[in-house]
Amino acid sequence: MKQVFKRPATLKDVPFHFCPGCHHGLIHRLVAEAIDAYDLREKTICAASVGCSVFMYDYFAVDVCESPHGRAAAVATGIKRALPDRFVFTYQGDGDLAALGIAEGIHAAHRGEKFTIIFVNNAVYGMTGGQMAPTTLLGQTTTTSPFGREPQREGYPFRMAELMALAAGTAFSARVAVNNPKNLMQAKKVLKRAFEAQLNGEGFSFVEFLSSCPTNWKMSPEQANRRVGEEMARQFPLGIYKDISSEGGRPER
Amino acid sequence: MSSPKMELVNGNEAIARGAIAAGCKFYFGYPITPQNEIPEYLSKHLPEVGGTFIQAESEIASVNMLLGAGATGARAMTSSSSPGISLKQEGISYLAGSEIPGVIVNMSRSGPGLGGISPSQGDYFQATRGGGHGDYRTLVLAPFSVQENYDLTALAFDLADKYRNPVVILADALLGQMKEPIILRPVTPQSFDKSWALTGAKGRPPQFLKSLYLNEGDLTRHNWKLFQKYQQMKAEIRFETDLTDDARMVVVAFGSVARIIKTSIRMAREEGMQVGLFRPITLFPYPEEALFRLSQKVDHFFVVELNTGQMVEDVKLSVDKGARVDFYGRPPGSIPTPDDLLEEIRKVY
Amino acid sequence: MVDERGKVFLMPKLVFREERCKGCGLCVLACPKKCLEITKKLNNQGYPVAGLVDPDRCNGCALCAEMCPDLVIEVWK
Repeated sequence: MKQVFKRPATLKDVPFHFCPGCHHGLIHRLVAEAIDAYDLREKTICAASVGCSVFMYDYFAVDVCESPHGRAAAVATGIKRALPDRFVFTYQGDGDLAALGIAEGIHAAHRGEKFTIIFVNNAVYGMTGGQMAPTTLLGQTTTTSPFGREPQREGYPFRMAELMALAAGTAFSARVAVNNPKNLMQAKKVLKRAFEAQLNGEGFSFVEFLSSCPTNWKMSPEQANRRVGEEMARQFPLGIYKDISSEGGRPER
Repeated sequence: MSSPKMELVNGNEAIARGAIAAGCKFYFGYPITPQNEIPEYLSKHLPEVGGTFIQAESEIASVNMLLGAGATGARAMTSSSSPGISLKQEGISYLAGSEIPGVIVNMSRSGPGLGGISPSQGDYFQATRGGGHGDYRTLVLAPFSVQENYDLTALAFDLADKYRNPVVILADALLGQMKEPIILRPVTPQSFDKSWALTGAKGRPPQFLKSLYLNEGDLTRHNWKLFQKYQQMKAEIRFETDLTDDARMVVVAFGSVARIIKTSIRMAREEGMQVGLFRPITLFPYPEEALFRLSQKVDHFFVVELNTGQMVEDVKLSVDKGARVDFYGRPPGSIPTPDDLLEEIRKVY
Repeated sequence: MVDERGKVFLMPKLVFREERCKGCGLCVLACPKKCLEITKKLNNQGYPVAGLVDPDRCNGCALCAEMCPDLVIEVWK
């Protein structure tokens, strides 16, 4: 008998503090698996962010630098420029990347900084109790959009994978989900390609994970997973939005 | 032995050259008057020494790049002027809380708000009281000449590494724009333990740098630990006394004002006034003990600043309770001449 | 293991770290053979834990383990 599924070495054996059904646990694991796959643990430095993922250093057995809210892409720039041969990634939520940190994220992409941003998009501010995020869906109610998001009142959601793909410095930009096994397996492949973009020195890489937040969506984990696959994926289509290694960089499904 | 070679150098450039001399390999900044010669010089010369220059998208981004580079143990610097330094305050608080070294240069201009571009000393409180949120301090060095721009910037990197703390150079537009002949002495950077740095967990357990402490008692202990460090920083106190031995009144001033005062007190002496100058060089930690000792012999102090009253508070806190403290504040707008300040000295002597 | 007809085969083995389970049910949804359920048993966090309802149906595909956000399930085959 051999073990066909086990904890990746890069993930410490401690319980996650995340809510039941939250996708952070899955995304943490996928990132750790990819780090293991390329044997990167001892040369990885992570610029952590602020949100439900603030405790990265408790879970990942790599060096981690806490960053002020929204500034992880700037902190990662400092780290990668100082130690160019290390593997550097950020792990950011909606507020961190698309609100506070929008300038830092977009400028890192345009400078072609050779690190990877893992963007966890759950269309809401989780840690602070469910307020509207830049990626909150049209029609979605949150604690600060109690009547449902409407363009005239709250503006339009950000499509970060598309936005990052526009930057010439971006080598790879994609959007994935982990709400069912098929999407999860595709996400693993996409993540590996994003890591390769950094390892090969191609440029900036970006992976947006559509994610659930059962607690703040006021849904069960099952309902939340369905929303990711249906309502969210409609407004944020899954796919590869830029890949400089493939001809033409057509979005793939 | 030949006399040391002197070179006519712009004040901002002297700061950039002091950084390179001290082994600074990373600079992240954003343009703002009156300090643009710093990024401009470094954009050209930092690559020559194998360093990296980034003009970032904002002062916020650049202080956070400083945090990232500093976290790996590298010597890194950012510079700006008053409004941009306001933007950096959160980052500086994080540097202090996570104990990451870094050098931040403030070539002060006039405020508040957009203010103006003339020199001022209105950022004294911001620099010495922490500026950002939380209970922290930064070492603050206040040059008063282009030579000190060079020397104190070089020193700042050693102090930042020694204390694992951000260090602020507080100068102003005058010191940045003027040119003086200086000696560009070679600097031997000291080396310090950097086992705390984030370099990848090879051959050691993974480690992290953070300022978040949520468990009971942890943050209290951390804050007291930082407090103890700031007490230890008193070993770095620097100041200058000029003509204070027989003084009956001592002017207390820092930075560009102090150099103007040096001329004014000599003019005053010619008129028979026994006036001296006490010039703090470290604004934090403040040379309070030295000033107190001076106040045991001299009972009249005259504080002169380019603001409406900031360092005067530290002078009042430092001197003997029986000492008289007069104040002349000159908010930004025009630089006083030695005659202007001589007139003020006459009024209070 | 040997069944009553003498045929030797290896059953896939699932090990549940019940103290880590939060009863989210994503493993139940993921299982193509419908082998799993959220049981009535509570762990010391107060969550009802997942478990195998029919071990014989399990073919060790490990999709349950892959979809568990808390790494509750280990799979041997």
